[in-house]
Amino acid sequence: MAENKPKPKVKKNEVQMPKQDPKVRGKNFDEVALGYTKEQVLEEANRCLQCVKPKCIPGCPVEIDIPAFVKLLREEKYAEAAAELKTKNALPAVCGRVCPQEEQCQKECIVGKIGDPVSVGRLERYLADWERERGFVISNKAPSTGKKIAVIGAGPAGLTVAAELAKLGHGVVIFESLHLPGGVLMYGIPEFRLPKSIVQAEVDYIKKLGVELREGYLIGRTHTIPELLNNDFDAVFIGTGAGLPKFMGIPGEELGGVYSASEFLIRVNLMKAYAFPEYDTPIRIGKHVVVIGGGNVAMDSARSALRLGAEEVCIVYRRSRDELPARAEEVENAEEEGIICKFLASPKRFIGGEKGWVKAMECICMELGPPDASGRRRPIPIKGSEFTMDTDTVIIAVGRTANPIIQRTTKGLEATKWGTIVTDENGKTSIDGVYAGGDIVTGEATVISAMGAGKKAARAIHKYLMKKK
Amino acid sequence: MTKTELAPKLKLFEVQAPDIAAKSQPGQFIMILAHKKSERIPITLAGYDRQKGTVSFVFNEVGKTTKELGLLGEGGTIKSITGPLGNPSEIKNFGNVLCVGGGVFIAPLLLQVKALRKAGNKVTTVIGARIKDLLIYEDELKALSDKFYVATDDGSKGYKGLDFLKEILEREHFDRCLTMGPVVMMKNVCEITSPLNIQTVVTLTSIMIDGMGMCGVCRVTVGGKMFFTCVDGPEFDGHQVDFEGLINRQRLFLPEERLSSVLWELGGCNCGRK
Repeated sequence: MAENKPKPKVKKNEVQMPKQDPKVRGKNFDEVALGYTKEQVLEEANRCLQCVKPKCIPGCPVEIDIPAFVKLLREEKYAEAAAELKTKNALPAVCGRVCPQEEQCQKECIVGKIGDPVSVGRLERYLADWERERGFVISNKAPSTGKKIAVIGAGPAGLTVAAELAKLGHGVVIFESLHLPGGVLMYGIPEFRLPKSIVQAEVDYIKKLGVELREGYLIGRTHTIPELLNNDFDAVFIGTGAGLPKFMGIPGEELGGVYSASEFLIRVNLMKAYAFPEYDTPIRIGKHVVVIGGGNVAMDSARSALRLGAEEVCIVYRRSRDELPARAEEVENAEEEGIICKFLASPKRFIGGEKGWVKAMECICMELGPPDASGRRRPIPIKGSEFTMDTDTVIIAVGRTANPIIQRTTKGLEATKWGTIVTDENGKTSIDGVYAGGDIVTGEATVISAMGAGKKAARAIHKYLMKKK
Repeated sequence: MTKTELAPKLKLFEVQAPDIAAKSQPGQFIMILAHKKSERIPITLAGYDRQKGTVSFVFNEVGKTTKELGLLGEGGTIKSITGPLGNPSEIKNFGNVLCVGGGVFIAPLLLQVKALRKAGNKVTTVIGARIKDLLIYEDELKALSDKFYVATDDGSKGYKGLDFLKEILEREHFDRCLTMGPVVMMKNVCEITSPLNIQTVVTLTSIMIDGMGMCGVCRVTVGGKMFFTCVDGPEFDGHQVDFEGLINRQRLFLPEERLSSVLWELGGCNCGRK
């Protein structure tokens, strides 16, 4: 089994991931995907051709040596395989669950040319879970360099920077503004896609690398970046993520029952409103829920609303199915659970009813014109096509803009007109010793691209620190 | 942590938070999470002591969260405090300033009055409460202010209601008015000062979850535009604020808040779902 020769016959089809039944899972917050069994993971791992020139590695933003860990996995050397993963990725249980592998490592997989690509993410998930259940082993760390770095934000980018720099022997303190670390992994992605106990376990691993975590610190207010640089720290990394929710600027957005997706998901995920009144943060869900938008956040919101007891959940998206920015897998999961997608429509106003709560939404139909700056076909309203939908809960998931607090309180930090921070390709900002990465630089993107940016920035920070006397 | 009961159900906490104390300024607020399963709530700062490294705040025990907070004993620990948040108040010499505070917000008003006096202003202070037993910091504010008035809703002390403000404003010119208190009270003050064109600043305490610009629940319409109280405020031009919308948003979760409070009083906090 250990030889590198391709097998004479590769199974064309991937091993399906066992999932909770759609009828059952629509009523609970337990994880939807159940994970491979040992037999399944070995069968899937054996589909890997162990290419001499692997196409998968360049697709991975954190540069995991995929054939190497898959080889160890199929030799049933689980601990070694997990260790191989960990050399490149500090958050494998997270990535194995939420990375869009179909756009990354699996996209160019050779097996994918004749059938399904190897399910790299599912293999990664299996190993990460295997390791976590047995307790993390901390491998050798570099000797202390005596340098200290402040990381702002304990989300995917910040956690990656922290882990990488700690492994290199630097002292790292993460400042997190919320009361729990994890960033979007905690407040954004729902429990049924990414259990919060798993996020906290991966954060615990990073703490075991020697990283110090200070919660409840809003940099820009509690401390500023110049203060951090003047006091204890040799460098700063800003990984504050996407910030303020966007609204559409249409009438009725102030009504009760109209949530930004951020508010809705923070209530449900971070504050566990689904367990109200055991947890104190409430959420109110009506019978007819409308979600505006077509990204992963819209899918997460819709599926959460269903689980909170909505009778009907409808996603309203202004383009067509082909332009949906959400992962195909998530759209499929949502539709399986009974979520309805209404394409080529956009809200014009929300209509209030009793006690200031929303009771209906007026929409207009759209048609697709030529591609716009995003490369997707531009939706154009069709005159006179207005229609009204009854709804008692609206969740607006049309994106977020950068949080302004750090930019406003840091002199000399260059930002774009959208408020995102300007950096070079390695995350260096306009201030010496200050780096940034993730959504605060790119605008809203994925967990893994933020981690990739964190990795690059960590390398650049390490170089900077080793040169600095 | 030390605690003082200022009036029935009104508690003053002074807690150790040196990093927050070092940066606090009048007008700012903190977010508090009492324990793991609690809500995050914003509370306006009532004071800070940079030497001692403490911040203080006053709250009214109205719902489960504040009642639980009130039960914390001397030396107790609050799970998480974040701050100072929001933009500090503009403090400078405006000239003659009218300060109107109501209920629990008399405590942060005291901080403002101190700062305004220090900046050289002449200050007239009005404090109000539902009944006389709920008036706080009367002596301190009286001593600090050039003129001082008391009002209660039931007339049990001082003036009944806020109508007397009109007479004060007729008699004397004010350069600025600052008001913090229940939304309805601030709305009333603004209705009185608006025809007289007295610049009036209100401190809003919208519902918040993170308090740092993430969730958008604290949105408020000011001058026809949407603002987030947490990052754009908490102070706004009172004559531009859509108070009706604000009052509606403050009441969004009243049924849930009542349910939570009643269940908690019936038998502890692990009710319902077990």
